[in-house]
Amino acid sequence: MSTANTPTLELRNLEVAYTVRGIDREVLRDISLSIAPGEAYGLVGESGCGKSTAAFAAMRYLPRNGKITGGAILFEGKNIVDMADDEVSSLRRSAISMVYQNPATALNPTIRVGDQVAEVFQLSGISKSDSLEMAQAALVQVQIADPAQVMRRYAHQLSGGMAQRVVIAMALASNPRLLVMDEPTTGLDATVEAEVLDLVRELRRDTGTAVLFISHNLGVIRHMCDRVGVLYAGALVEQGATADLFNNPSHPYTVGLLRCIPRGGLHKSTDRLDTIPGTPPALGTHFDGCVFASRCSLADDNCRTQLPQMVTISGAHVARCFHSDKAISMPRSIEQTEFVSQSEIHATHSGDTLLSINHLSKIFTQDGHKVQVINDVSLNLGFGETLGLVGESGSGKTTIAKLVLGLVSPEEGGVVTLDGKGLAKTLNRRDVHDVGSMQIVFQNPDQALNRRHSVTRIVGRAVERLRGFNVSDAIDRAHELLSGMRVEASLHSARPVQLSGGLKQRVAISRAFAGSPQIVVCDEPTSALDVSVQAAILNLLVDLQKQDGVSFIFISHDLGVVRYISDRIAVLYLGRVIEFGTSQRVFNGPFHPYTEALLSSVPNIDGSIRKRIPLTGVVPSPSNPPSGCVLNPRCPRKAGSGYETLCETEEPNLTEVEPGHFMRCHIPVAKLKQLQS
Amino acid sequence: MSNEERRTIRRERMQLVVRNKTFLVGCSILGFWLLLSIFGDLIAPRGASDQDFEFVSVGPSFKYWFGTDANGQDVLSRVILGTRLIVVMAFSATTLGTIVGTAIGLASGYFKGKFDMITMRLIEAISAIPVLIIALLAIAALEGRSPTLTVIVIGFVFTPNIGRTVRAAVLGEAELEYVAAARLRTERTPHILFREILPNVLPPIIVEFTVRLGYAIFAIATLSFLGAGVEYGSPNWGSQIAENWGNIYSNIWWPTAFPALAIASLAVSVNLISDSLLEVFEL
Repeated sequence: MSTANTPTLELRNLEVAYTVRGIDREVLRDISLSIAPGEAYGLVGESGCGKSTAAFAAMRYLPRNGKITGGAILFEGKNIVDMADDEVSSLRRSAISMVYQNPATALNPTIRVGDQVAEVFQLSGISKSDSLEMAQAALVQVQIADPAQVMRRYAHQLSGGMAQRVVIAMALASNPRLLVMDEPTTGLDATVEAEVLDLVRELRRDTGTAVLFISHNLGVIRHMCDRVGVLYAGALVEQGATADLFNNPSHPYTVGLLRCIPRGGLHKSTDRLDTIPGTPPALGTHFDGCVFASRCSLADDNCRTQLPQMVTISGAHVARCFHSDKAISMPRSIEQTEFVSQSEIHATHSGDTLLSINHLSKIFTQDGHKVQVINDVSLNLGFGETLGLVGESGSGKTTIAKLVLGLVSPEEGGVVTLDGKGLAKTLNRRDVHDVGSMQIVFQNPDQALNRRHSVTRIVGRAVERLRGFNVSDAIDRAHELLSGMRVEASLHSARPVQLSGGLKQRVAISRAFAGSPQIVVCDEPTSALDVSVQAAILNLLVDLQKQDGVSFIFISHDLGVVRYISDRIAVLYLGRVIEFGTSQRVFNGPFHPYTEALLSSVPNIDGSIRKRIPLTGVVPSPSNPPSGCVLNPRCPRKAGSGYETLCETEEPNLTEVEPGHFMRCHIPVAKLKQLQS
Repeated sequence: MSNEERRTIRRERMQLVVRNKTFLVGCSILGFWLLLSIFGDLIAPRGASDQDFEFVSVGPSFKYWFGTDANGQDVLSRVILGTRLIVVMAFSATTLGTIVGTAIGLASGYFKGKFDMITMRLIEAISAIPVLIIALLAIAALEGRSPTLTVIVIGFVFTPNIGRTVRAAVLGEAELEYVAAARLRTERTPHILFREILPNVLPPIIVEFTVRLGYAIFAIATLSFLGAGVEYGSPNWGSQIAENWGNIYSNIWWPTAFPALAIASLAVSVNLISDSLLEVFEL
C-alpha cells in the first residue's frame, strides 16, 4: 500500500478523449503530474483547457461520452484505470472526495442539511443516531455558526458561503486522502471567498489531505497551492513550485496569462494590458508541434512541427517549450502605447458633470414585504470618465444601473440628470435621443444577444431605431461599427451561438455604441470571459473612450479590473454608497472599513501577504437592515474605535473627508488612517 | 469560428436528426397520409358513394382489397377519400388553437400581473372540463354539423394548453437581457413579443403543436363517430366506424377495422414525430 514516498495521486501520460457528434476529440494530451500526501496542487488554465476533465479523470468519473485513451491514473500506487467499477466506487466513497463549483446544485434541495451530511457517515456503516452527531461535529469543523440550527435547514436557506462549507464538510466526512476542488470559490463574493479559502487552508493543515485545486483565478492558486500546473489545450505546458512558477514563468502561455491581468495598481492612463493573440484551438484539434505555437510570438518552424519535451528550469520547475529561457522577456503582443491622460481628453469639459444621479431610491415588494434595495444614492460622472461601482452581490450595483437607464423606475424624489437635462423616470417616456445616449453592455452576452437573430440584425436594428436610419443605411453603419470592434465581416451573418465569448461581447459593445451614446453602462462585461479575452475587451473599451470621449459606468466584482479602468469609484453596501472618490483615493486609503476589508480579501497574484481584515457574519437582508450604520454588526474597525454607541444608533451621512473623497463612517478619517497604518 | 466549422456543426446536427429512427418512421407514415389526402381522388379505385350491389359486406378480396360494407361501398376507397377531411380538420383546428394560444401565452408571460392572473384562471376553468364534452355541448348548442364549426370548437379547447406552455416559456425568456436591450432601443411591445421573444419559444410551441395534432385527430374521429361535427354521408373514418361496428358481431370486421387502423396510424405517426422533436430540442 502507500508508503511515505508514494504520491497520493499520479497521472502518468494520461490521455482522455470525448466523443462529440460521433467523432473522438482529444481533450487531455499526455498529462503527467503527481500530488504527494498533504500537498496542494493547483491546476490553472482558461475555459476549455481541460481542467475539469482532469479533475473528473482523477476520480475516473468522466461524462458518458468521455474515455481514457491512454496512460495511467495511480491512486496511492494503484492504477484505477483498469480497476473494477465497484472498487473505484469504494475508493470514491472512502478515499477521494470532490467539491464542485456551484454549492447550490451540489446539495439536494429536498433533504435537510443535517440529514444530508449524516448520510455520508451512514454510507460508511455508522448508525443513524451516531451519524447525526458526527454531522453536527463536521459542521463545527467547517466553522459554521449555530450548527444545530443549520442542520435543520434546507439548501436554499443557506447563503453561498455557508452552502460551500456544508459541501466541504460532506467531502471531508469520509476522511478522504485526496480532495479534488473544482473552482470551489468561483461563484462567491470576495469576502466569502477569502473565508472559504482560509477554511480550506486550515483544514488541510489539520487533516493532511492532499488537494487537487482547480481554478482559473491565478491569485487564488498562488495563495492556496504548493505546486502549480498550467494547462493549455489539454496539455500541461508548465509545472513547478508556486513561487518559482509565478516569479519566473517560463512558458510563453504562462507569461501571457500573467501579463493579461490588471494588477499591482495598473491604470488605463498609464498602462495598456497585454493580450494573447488568436483564439484557443477548437476541441480536439490535432497538433504536430507545440499546442501553443499558433499564438506564440516566439514560435519558429521547429515549434510547429516538433513536440517540445519538458525542460527543467530549476529544480522541479519544468516547462514544455523550446524557448523557455526567452519566455519571460518575450515581446508584448500589444504595443505599450501611452493613453492620453484624462485631463487632455476633457480639457474642453474639465470639471463638467455629464450625469448626475440625485437621491435615487428603489423599493421592491417581495412576498408582500417592502424591501428597500437602493437607499438615497447620489453620484455624478464627468465627460469621458469612468465611474466604477464596487460591492458584493446584493449591494445594488445592477439596480442602480437599471434605474439610471430607466429600465426600472425610481421612487419619488429620485432624479437623473444627463448633460443638464432631467430625464423621465421610465424608458417609455424618454425620447429616442435620451435612450440612445445611455446604453448598456450586459454581463452575460449569451442572454443579452437574441440567439435567433444574426449579428448584423442585432446591431443594425439598434442603429435603425436609435439613429432613425433606413434599413440599408443602418446595416452599412452596423457593419462599420462591427469592423471597428474587430468583428470580421465573415461573422456578420452568424448567430451569437456561433461566436466565442469575446466576440459575443464585442457584438454587444457594438450594439451599445449604435446610438452614439454619451454613457455606456458596463455591467460585469468581462466576468464571463477568460483573462486573455478580458484584457482585449478592456483595451477596446479604453480605446473607445479615447476616440469618442464616452463615459462609462463600470460594474465589476473584480477590484483589479475596476481599479484599472475607473477614474472614480463608488463602493456600495446594502444599497447605500459608503465610499465615493477618485480611484487613487479609494484604493490607496485611508479606506472606509468596509472597503478595507473588501480590498484585503482579494488574493493577489504578486504573492505578497497582506493582513486580511475579516468581515464577520453575513450580509444582512435589505428588508431588515441593522440600526445605526448598516455595516456596524460586521465592521472590523468599530470595536475599540470609541464610537461604538454612535455606530449602533445613528446612520452616518456621506461626508467629504478629503477633497473629492466621500465616506459614510462615524470614525473620523484621521483615526481611520491611524488604525490602518 | 469559420464558416466551414459552422457548416460542419450544422451537418453533424442534421445527421443526428436524420439518424433518428423515430422521426423517420413518423415522417414516412404522416407523409403517406398527406399524399393520400392530396391525391386521394386520383388514387382511390372507386368513388366515395359508388355502390356495388353484387358485393355487399364481402370480405377483402382481389377486387375489393379492404372488402365492402353493408351498402356495397368499397372500404378502401372510402378510407382513402376520408383522409383529406380529417387531415385538413386536424391541422386547421390545431393551427387555430396554436395561434390563439401563443398570442395569449406571450401576452400573459410578458405582462404578468393582473392580466396574467385573470387569463390563467380562465384557462384553468376551460381546461377543467373534458375536451369532448365542451365540443359536444358547443356543437349541440349551435346545432351545427359543419366541419368549420368543429374546427373552431376544437381550436378553442386547445387554446388553454398551448397558452400555458407558451406562457411558461415566455416567463423565463422575458427576464433575459436581450429583452431589456430591445426596450433600450425603443422597440414597441408587439415587436418585442413577436420578433424578439416568439422565435426563442418556438421549439416548445412546435412540440406542443404536434402533441395537440395527435389529440385533434382523435377528437375529430370521436366526434364524427358520435355523429357530431361532420356532414352526414361524407366519407370519413369516424362515421364509417359508427355505421359498421354493429356488424362486427356477424364477423364483418373489415369496414370497422380499416378506418380504425387508419386513425391509429395517423395519430401514432404524429406522436412519433413529437417524441423525436422532444428529443432533438431536448425539452
